[in-house]
Amino acid sequence: MPKLHVTTTINGEPMEFLCEPDNTMLDALRNQLGLTGSKEGCATGDCGACSITVDGRLVCSCLMLAAEAEGHEIGTIEGMAQGERLHPLQQKFLEQAALQCGICTSGMLVAADALLKKNPNPGEEEVRFWLAGNLCRCTGYDKIVRAVLEAAAEMREARP
Amino acid sequence: MTDIRYMAPTTLEEAIGAFAAAGSAGRILAGGTDLLVQMRSGMVKPGLIIDIKKIAEMTEIAETADGGFRIGAAVSGAELAEHPRFKKLWPGVLEAVNLIGSKQVQGRASAGGNLCNASPAGDSVPAMIAAGAIVTVQGPNGRRELAVETVPAGPGRTNLAAGEILISFILPPRPGCSGDAYLRMIPRTEMDIAVVGCGVSLTLKNGICTAARVGLGAVAPTPLLVEAAAKALIGSTLDVTALEAAANACRAACRPIDDKRGTIAYRTKIAGVLLKRTATIAAKRAQGN
Repeated sequence: MPKLHVTTTINGEPMEFLCEPDNTMLDALRNQLGLTGSKEGCATGDCGACSITVDGRLVCSCLMLAAEAEGHEIGTIEGMAQGERLHPLQQKFLEQAALQCGICTSGMLVAADALLKKNPNPGEEEVRFWLAGNLCRCTGYDKIVRAVLEAAAEMREARP
Repeated sequence: MTDIRYMAPTTLEEAIGAFAAAGSAGRILAGGTDLLVQMRSGMVKPGLIIDIKKIAEMTEIAETADGGFRIGAAVSGAELAEHPRFKKLWPGVLEAVNLIGSKQVQGRASAGGNLCNASPAGDSVPAMIAAGAIVTVQGPNGRRELAVETVPAGPGRTNLAAGEILISFILPPRPGCSGDAYLRMIPRTEMDIAVVGCGVSLTLKNGICTAARVGLGAVAPTPLLVEAAAKALIGSTLDVTALEAAANACRAACRPIDDKRGTIAYRTKIAGVLLKRTATIAAKRAQGN
């Protein structure tokens, strides 16, 4: 079968790419589009390192075929910072040392951002439940949870 | 180069034609959270992947004229959770669907896929059984409806005929004072496979249970409809004696396996415990409706 031609939107930009029928969205992002912020951890949907949003909903890009992106709005970690200005979540992750090796970090940030868009004022339990699909082998999670809660508080204050 | 083909038809007829023509090489793609894992592990090697998410009927949540719900087979857990009224009428079905995997998995995984994957431990199935869901399937020989509990045939196998595709779940109209609930036991706090899953749906009238259905998961080769447990609840005030009788019926229905998550003895005991807890939650919700 010839390669599939996919027309989609990634981080607000119209995008076209070619893929094999069995390429995952993660393959396409990393290999065809050069968007290597999304990481491959397990490739079976358990670790969340490849988290992206599709029409605003959080998904593992390793559990989605690239061809399924046709006509949808994809959001990746590359769309998070505004130029040189880090997103408050990114800033808090740095300040709180909420990362060590960094493999899980982009997935954590994309997932946390999806949570805060849905609920700008989550409790600790809600943050922990929401991030249960993002595995981190370094931090023990406490710093990550704290960073998300503090970023959420800061974002609420910053809102007009 | 690969010899896999992918198609995303926009009509059911096109999907059914292609699926029938592909024979055993065809695979239906809804959320893909099982299929892609199975493909990666080499467990399945499809020749044709048919993505059904461009077919309107597969992705719609519709309220039927008589007050029931029709849920497309490919509706994701996240989409079902976003529906403004579904949660109020069927909180047990929703909590079961929303227990399938992480938030990321919820963004894709569907109740239709959960049913057709036919794991004995699929979380949404006992809740759908308790709800009395009817599924619509369509194949080369036309459309038919069947009770959800008759779909699984064994681990990884369904009773759908060759070429048939699951289209939707129909949940019946809800009488007043009805409630449902789903609980599962897992060895960890989150993100695990049920050791036992229990769904209960019931209706109360003046404190008496007038209708009930009980579904059990992970205690037999297929999720079970436990009619004897429902019978023990109906006509009672859901008092201790009635709950104990229903719990006994659940334990009696168990035909589980020993595995790393739970032993036969443990699963059997927990089936009774969960019945009592789940029925109590369902009754509380029924009183609130």
